[in-house]
Amino acid sequence: MKVGVIVFPGSNCDRDMHHVLTDVFNLNAEFYWHEKNLPSDIDAVVLPGGFSYGDRLRAGVIAAHSPIISDVKKLSEKGIPILGVCNGFQILVESGLLPGVLLKNESLNFMCEWTNLIVNNNKTPFTNKLELNQKIPIPIANGEGRYFVDDETLSQLKKNNQIVFSYENKVNGSVSQIAGVCNSDGNVVGMMPHPERAAEKAINQIDHKPSSLIFESLVETVGMKN
Amino acid sequence: MSFQEHEKLHIEKNVKRELTSTELQILAAEWSEHCSYKSSKMHLRMLPTTGPNVIVEKGYDSGVLDVGDGYVVTVHIESHNHPSAVEPFGGAATGVGGVIRDILSAGTRPIALFDGLRFGDIENDAHARWLFKNAVSGIADYGNCLGIPTIGGEVEFDTCYTNYALVDVAAVGFGKKSKLIKNHANIDDLVLLIGGSTGRDGVGGSQFASDALEGEDRSAVQIPDPFIEKLIIEAILECRDENCINAMKDLGGGGLSCAISETAESLGIGIELDVKNVHLRESDLSPDEIMISESQERMLVISSPDNLSKIEKICDKFRIQCSVIGKVKEDKMMHVKNGNDTLALLPADFVARGPLIDRPKSKPEYLSQLPSSLPSENQLPLSEILLKLLSSPNIASKHWVFRQYDHEVGIRTIIKPGFDASVLRLDNGKFLSAKIDGNPKHCYLDPRQGAIGCFEEACRNIVCQGTNPIGMVDHLQFGNPEDPEIFWTFMESLEGLAEYAKFLRIPCVGGKVSFYNETSSGPIKPTPLIGVLGISSTPFLSSHPNNGDYLIIIGNTCDELGGSEYFEYIEKFTGGICPVVDFKDSKSNMLAVLSLIKNKHVKSVHDCSKGGLSIALSELGIFGNIGCDIDIEKVPSKKKLGSDEILFSESHSRYLLVINKKNIDSAKKFLNRKKISFAILGKFSGDQINIRRKSKNLAKFKINLAQKRYFNGLGDLLKHG
Repeated sequence: MKVGVIVFPGSNCDRDMHHVLTDVFNLNAEFYWHEKNLPSDIDAVVLPGGFSYGDRLRAGVIAAHSPIISDVKKLSEKGIPILGVCNGFQILVESGLLPGVLLKNESLNFMCEWTNLIVNNNKTPFTNKLELNQKIPIPIANGEGRYFVDDETLSQLKKNNQIVFSYENKVNGSVSQIAGVCNSDGNVVGMMPHPERAAEKAINQIDHKPSSLIFESLVETVGMKN
Repeated sequence: MSFQEHEKLHIEKNVKRELTSTELQILAAEWSEHCSYKSSKMHLRMLPTTGPNVIVEKGYDSGVLDVGDGYVVTVHIESHNHPSAVEPFGGAATGVGGVIRDILSAGTRPIALFDGLRFGDIENDAHARWLFKNAVSGIADYGNCLGIPTIGGEVEFDTCYTNYALVDVAAVGFGKKSKLIKNHANIDDLVLLIGGSTGRDGVGGSQFASDALEGEDRSAVQIPDPFIEKLIIEAILECRDENCINAMKDLGGGGLSCAISETAESLGIGIELDVKNVHLRESDLSPDEIMISESQERMLVISSPDNLSKIEKICDKFRIQCSVIGKVKEDKMMHVKNGNDTLALLPADFVARGPLIDRPKSKPEYLSQLPSSLPSENQLPLSEILLKLLSSPNIASKHWVFRQYDHEVGIRTIIKPGFDASVLRLDNGKFLSAKIDGNPKHCYLDPRQGAIGCFEEACRNIVCQGTNPIGMVDHLQFGNPEDPEIFWTFMESLEGLAEYAKFLRIPCVGGKVSFYNETSSGPIKPTPLIGVLGISSTPFLSSHPNNGDYLIIIGNTCDELGGSEYFEYIEKFTGGICPVVDFKDSKSNMLAVLSLIKNKHVKSVHDCSKGGLSIALSELGIFGNIGCDIDIEKVPSKKKLGSDEILFSESHSRYLLVINKKNIDSAKKFLNRKKISFAILGKFSGDQINIRRKSKNLAKFKINLAQKRYFNGLGDLLKHG
């Protein structure tokens, strides 16, 4: 059982994610530099947050052309669970693995604060241990986190149950307060908030259990397979 | 570029020939106040710099503290005032970049940033607002991109900074003691320049910073590139893990001139370098410009020739440039060549150790002319004064600022910004807190007591989190040191800090002096800034007050309204007596609070400082979303005080404690036994803050109103430009 954590130039939540996967949830996680290949027998892939390529041009757009993304695409077609957090979400969107686009926050500022998420889809490999409509206290930290899709795509997303998380309150101007989505197969999930910053009691004095369930869902998913 | 008489004599005495133009440029950069500390160096020795936890190694740009279990914490503080006053976004951002590389050069990973920001009156001055907003954006843009959390700092506004900016940045690093770079070099080792290319930005930056700010010399301001910095951090740490680095230094003020001469001098070696090998951004850069450019994101690394291929491979992975620019020689000379031509050949210690100056000092005239008491009493009702203070820019929540900073990345931040000091968890299971504090209003009235007060306040904040102060850094910011009156204020502050540091046995592990902070209307108020680090082995997770909890004050309140927000902001009055730290009380109160926290007698502790007791207790209510009923008659003091003095004096060594009913007796017993001045002021309950003196009501207001004022005060000011 192996989880790959992809490192792009400028990724900066890679070590945090690795720590949580390995030290907290006992998963066998390994770093993969963006020029390396992902092994075909890998069980899950995480694209961590950060500022790949310094957010130049547009957040995530350059990393979406990294060599490793073609491996990610192949794995996604095989149904392997893939999670993109923050910049990882932006990269998944820019590479076409997820629908929509992430725009500058309505405040035009970087925003780092705690917020509540609502679970809208608990059938993905990252949410199957959560309840529908369960609240997740979790921090966001981004400048370009406002999710946008046109009306037609939005109704498709709703129809296909592709909205995975939404914000409880208006946070950044996202369409339908969307915080996370998945692809139509449900195995590729992207989210702007940081579950790795909320899954330990020590750093989350509100309630770390809901975020833990995101990782425990993954443990269950990949565990079941093996 | 000009040398002073004694510097010319020093050159004549030591170099028996005409200096080349490159040599002149190198010396002008290296002997600038900014790089040579020529006015301050001989005096800084009075600060205690050693202690059981301090690790001293030659050539370190940051202080290193042993935190046990094979781990170290590094710390450094810098400012970027002149550049930020001209170009706030770039100036503040490159300030962050510079201090991070100082942490990196010891071989430790930067894990936290702090910034102290000071500007003019943002309520009435649109330019000050512009400077402030852009400096915050610059810091956010840089720190966030690097993934280093900005977890604390302070923001202050005072008309003495009109058309100017003080941008102070402190950084903390963490690493294994065994991986610290043990700066050394062998003959024929290679001298490498790693990172960004050298361009024309920042040429002459250190001289620019060593003079009063007159023109807006934007070319002297460096251009930030946090993405390159991030790559450098990762590349350097990989090189460290591969044991490829013998010695390392950041390129900061004075550029290559400074880095080469200081490295050679501290290691007792010679360095020969060829400017032709420096990778450039602009091909037509002259050799002199190459030597003094302060282009950012560059590191100087000394490695053995055997390790070159490993370093090149790592740099190639991160796509950053690495040039072999020279090599280590035995001759202790700094030898700059352009191909076969020698441009400069001077002893490294001659370059690195500029002649120092023993400047005259005299007590400033203004101090004897300050009024001692308010000409007339304020007629405003106390509730209104309090609410006005809560929304004032210096007191209101700085949420608008720190929410733009990623303060969670690194997943170490146990206690988040916004209240006293933030706390980080470390890999060895310990907890680190850090705080920076300054107070120009106090320091203006009394530079010595004001500076000691800043130091004590930083310690108090650390203690409020249950951590023990283990080290301090200072950043001494003053006007033109050639003015004896300004130099006097510098010396007073320094002596005060040294005295308090020795008394508390807190070593000074790093610092900086920044002179020539002058605005068009004169020098800034003396602004020493003190950073203190604290450590503990258990976390103190405080909780907000609940219905029925007691409020206790520890420490004496005195008639010390001088420099208070009440005098300055409400009364627009400068004068009176500045708070004085009683060393004995300071120490015993600190130890008492630490004991109470350790023995789990308190729910939370809050420092009593800016705005005085009235603000500190309001903040407890605001954060806990609960009111309180307080009788200030019982506030301990050595003589009878007026209500305004009790409520607004910013006397030091005071703490507010929230204590549950079940612990109140044991807490009282402990404080009595330790002979600590304290009093129970009242209890938390309801939804309004009610302050009275015996039966006389002084102030009464709803907590939700106070919250609105406190949390929106700053943001509202900035909403419309």
